[in-house]
Amino acid sequence: MWTLARIVFGAAMVTFLIAPLIAILPLAFTSSVFLTYPMPGVSMRWFEVLATDAVWRRSIVNSLVIGGSTTVLATLLGSLAALGLREQFRFAGAFRTLFLLPMVVPAVVLGVGMQILFARIGLASSYMGVIAAHTVVAMPFVIVSVAASLAGIDRRVERAALSLGARPPTVLFRVTVPLAMPGILSGAVLAFATSLDEVVLTLFVAGPNQRTLARQMFSTIRENISPAIAAAAFLFIVGTVIVAALMLLARRRSSRPAASGT
Amino acid sequence: MSRAALGRRFGAFALVLPLLAFLLVFFVWPLVTILSEAVSDPSVSRTLPRTVEAIRAWDRESLPSEEVGAALVEDLRESTDDQALGDVVRRLNSAKSGFRTLMARTRSAVEETAGPVDLVAVDRRWGDVAFWTAIANAASPYTDRNLLAAVDLERDAAGAIRRVPPSESANLTILTRTFAIAGSVTGLCILLGLPYAMLVASVSGWMRSALLAAVLLPLWTSILVRTAAWYILLQDQGLVNDALRAVGIGAFPLIFNRAGVVIAMTHVLLPFMVLPIYSVLLSIPRNLMPAAASLGANPVRAFLRVLLPLTLRGVASGALLVFMSAIGYYITPALIGGPRDQMISLVIAFYATGTANWGMAAALGIVLLVITLALYAVYGRLSATGTARI
Repeated sequence: MWTLARIVFGAAMVTFLIAPLIAILPLAFTSSVFLTYPMPGVSMRWFEVLATDAVWRRSIVNSLVIGGSTTVLATLLGSLAALGLREQFRFAGAFRTLFLLPMVVPAVVLGVGMQILFARIGLASSYMGVIAAHTVVAMPFVIVSVAASLAGIDRRVERAALSLGARPPTVLFRVTVPLAMPGILSGAVLAFATSLDEVVLTLFVAGPNQRTLARQMFSTIRENISPAIAAAAFLFIVGTVIVAALMLLARRRSSRPAASGT
Repeated sequence: MSRAALGRRFGAFALVLPLLAFLLVFFVWPLVTILSEAVSDPSVSRTLPRTVEAIRAWDRESLPSEEVGAALVEDLRESTDDQALGDVVRRLNSAKSGFRTLMARTRSAVEETAGPVDLVAVDRRWGDVAFWTAIANAASPYTDRNLLAAVDLERDAAGAIRRVPPSESANLTILTRTFAIAGSVTGLCILLGLPYAMLVASVSGWMRSALLAAVLLPLWTSILVRTAAWYILLQDQGLVNDALRAVGIGAFPLIFNRAGVVIAMTHVLLPFMVLPIYSVLLSIPRNLMPAAASLGANPVRAFLRVLLPLTLRGVASGALLVFMSAIGYYITPALIGGPRDQMISLVIAFYATGTANWGMAAALGIVLLVITLALYAVYGRLSATGTARI
């Protein structure tokens, strides 16, 4: 009886969590203009819309450009800061709190502030403004991920390198950074994913030229729902699964002990 | 301190510096901008500087002296910026209606002559103390009226704080609704998340991996995709209603109403409840329950007296995390909710982009920010006393 209840509850919860993600997938291939089952036929027309329609195409390119730039900037700034935060210095705790705060501050509040400020300093409706906004919210994920990876490094390895005569920058780039690479890479992936999924800040700081894929999906759901949404969602989900698999693979490879005594 | 240690600290600070500078410009500055926007009220003091200077000595009871009137005439004559003057009229009109026509008439009278102007002769309303009071009240470059209005308070003519009449109060309704929705989502997340986390912790091997993957996969999926998926499922011709019709229950309206918002938000935020509880459960020694049983406790009693109290810390941090995220939610209510399910974030966005009422948007933003940061401080305290996070 108890076992049965557990199985039913577990199955119901897994269905609740996963079913919505699966339900949307087939609709990407509908031949109808409505997002409903049953589908009258199978077609690729909505992927064609994504690839050929000027607005959708532009938004995909924008997402890649903004996401790529955000990833580079957030990973660079976040990794450096995470390296610095290993040392105990004055205000280190306050800095750590500040660096994680963008995860907490409601996006709408930050968005309104950025909109007012960017209009004053000439960054409104510019790629630079959108990239800066995305970097603010993507950077905490890099910090958390790199810090976790750095915490796992045996600091005696770095001291050994120093004692063997390597200068601190050499130790940093030849010892510390390679050891922290799994964390840096997963931080970069998370930063890209955050930028790709960002809507609220984009609503406030982007102009029509910086419209991203997420922003385009948002207004399509809001104004004229079309199966192009399902096609875009299909790309998102497939991308998520691929990235998750790659990260799992990277983790498995990095956790495997080194094969030979190099 | 040795030179090497000093150098290392300096180096560490230099590594942190770029991010610090970046965040000061793009994170701290916007928040400061919001704060100053909420309390600043510069239009009158900037455009009518002489009037503001002259009206300071006024007793607010009798009509102001000749000099005040003369200062106003001079300010209006000097003012060349129509937009700035428009701001002044809008600001004053919001405090006392009638300013729009009054200022238009006064301005044309001032422009016709070069000498002194008898204001009361131009328009009888200049003989009314209430209009001068409105100018005097707007004279300061700072104001608390946006912040007060954000929680449905205002100042009366004498400057005392009072509640706005119920017909005009909307913000407290929005705040109550935001808390109600966030509260229902948090409650539902506890109700579903606590037993689920216990289930995950109680099994092992591939079962545990599969149950965990079911939580993590949605967490990694784009929030827009998840919201779009719920839009598709919940619509009147959607799968949920098809299924309900098929089993003979009949269709329910599930989209553009409260039920849809709560369901979709629960789905989005559930992982934030399951994961903290799960991590606390993992840290509980496995032999506690058998120990309780061996001391004579029946399973229910052992659960209530041993396992549940130990789990509460995870439930509390999960609940705070869910509630804190929920009150700032924008996307899901905007897409799945109806007009009566809009939360504070949407109202802020409406003031900012819809009506360009920046002061009001900023003031409501500060209310939301303060509540969120207070909850985060409690969350930080809670997780600091437990295991270290992040």
